[in-house]
Amino acid sequence: MATTTEQPQWANGARLALVAALVLGVGTGFLYVGGWLSPQRLTPARLVDTFERVNGPHPGFRRNHAKGVSIAGYFEANGAGSRFSKAAVFRPGRVNVVGRFALAGGMPYAGDNTATVRSMALLFALPNGEEWRTGMNNIPVFVVNTPEAFNEQLIAQAPDPKTKKPNPESVRAFLAKHPETKRAIGMIKAQPQTSGFEDSTYNSLNAFLLSDDAGHVTPVRWSMVPLQLPAPPAVSSAAPGSESSTNFLFDALIAHLKQGPLRWRLVLTLGQPGDSTRDATLAWPENRERVDVGTLTIDHVEGEASGAARIINFDPLVLPNGIAGSDDPLLSARSAAYSQSFTRRVREPVSPSAVTTPSGQKLGEP
Amino acid sequence: MNKVSQFAWSSRVLHWLMAAGLLGMLAVGMAMVASLGEYQRLVAIHRPLGVLLLALAAIRLLNRQLKPLPPFLPTMSAKERVIATASERLMYALMLLLPLIGWGMLSAARFPVRVGPIVLPPILPHSVALYTVLRRAHTVLAYALFFAFMAHLSAVLFHTLVLRDGLLARMLPWSPRTRDSDRKDSGAP
Repeated sequence: MATTTEQPQWANGARLALVAALVLGVGTGFLYVGGWLSPQRLTPARLVDTFERVNGPHPGFRRNHAKGVSIAGYFEANGAGSRFSKAAVFRPGRVNVVGRFALAGGMPYAGDNTATVRSMALLFALPNGEEWRTGMNNIPVFVVNTPEAFNEQLIAQAPDPKTKKPNPESVRAFLAKHPETKRAIGMIKAQPQTSGFEDSTYNSLNAFLLSDDAGHVTPVRWSMVPLQLPAPPAVSSAAPGSESSTNFLFDALIAHLKQGPLRWRLVLTLGQPGDSTRDATLAWPENRERVDVGTLTIDHVEGEASGAARIINFDPLVLPNGIAGSDDPLLSARSAAYSQSFTRRVREPVSPSAVTTPSGQKLGEP
Repeated sequence: MNKVSQFAWSSRVLHWLMAAGLLGMLAVGMAMVASLGEYQRLVAIHRPLGVLLLALAAIRLLNRQLKPLPPFLPTMSAKERVIATASERLMYALMLLLPLIGWGMLSAARFPVRVGPIVLPPILPHSVALYTVLRRAHTVLAYALFFAFMAHLSAVLFHTLVLRDGLLARMLPWSPRTRDSDRKDSGAP
């Protein structure tokens, strides 16, 4: 065996090449896991880019559910949820809540329309620094079941620069490729419409997993069911909104809260074996057990200029011990994309929001 | 007898534990920011692992003050020794700063950091301006650590495989055979 000093010239060269190959290999491995070698793959940044391309730049606003107001109140649990989850939020008692009502879509100054999806986002502040954040919509199921389909749908429904309306061809092509979306839209259209934010039911859409002290796991979807009597949309609101009625849904909400607090029941729908936890376009059977676990009271509404909700990311995976995300790929994607949207918008200058309220005014207190 | 003078046992154990942890952390971090479907799983690794690595980095800094270093090898020039010392300091600074900035930026964004059932207390006030600065710093310093690691890997491989001066043996978790016996073994198949 040759010693170091007797090495032929080529052997040193070969070893140098081996070092270079090892270093390059490690470097390439990192580029691979970082997604640098797959420029076609949908990433959080590319999904948020799609929102920006479709809606135009709106610095400082959420990339989706851009138009909204800040709300606050409290949740009173009745203890019934503790049967299924050790989460502190379900123990009898009262916790403070801040949140946001918003309209789906990335246009912060769009006129209100009763056909637009309404959302309720909440942050329950629990003892010991725990939080439960949830974002819910007033539709019974979601329109897609993967982030890739969501991105495709945004592009297919992008308004044509000439007609200002989605291109019917691309919408048709998308629906032909996604029968689950077609089916979900059918279910959404079959649900009776309500008049505003105050009388809508808001659904988690994605499934979650509750776990109790014994480690028993229950799949769950939840809903905020209004104690206000649902009313059909007023006929006038179906007409194209005039300047004065641009914010009529938000104005009605603010007017209601001046009269007094609004309330919702938090209802858990318990999944059975076989109910899909990973497909948000599928409804669970009607006969699933539903458990009323407490009452949400909203007694405060504020424009985004002063409201607390503006700088909160309602990441659906900020969950207390006792509630966990399911295998639904949309949950992970929402968490990733919300984080990207949050990081981008908070470093941008803030523009005034469409809906404003006198700062600091506490509405609806008895 | 050509006995290799190694780093202290505790230093070697900490080095390899942190090497595995930091490389895993860099890979998870890079994959996480580019992933939609795996984001949830990767975040669930990234945050608790960050807490663990912060604790290890603190222990390692203490160990570094207590344990003497083996002398530099004669194959290292004066200039190379200066670079080695500077890059060691840089890597210590980065492995302490990165988890602290990660925790700090989540605190500034008012984002609870859960480790198992426990929520860590925020270490900075709720400020999105602070979050913006720290979020950028977290990325920039993570890339700095990545490049420092690549330089470190290149230097060690160059010494060990091209100069064949036994540099790696100083940090191996086991006590290596002497260089003479090494040659005898590899020459007798």
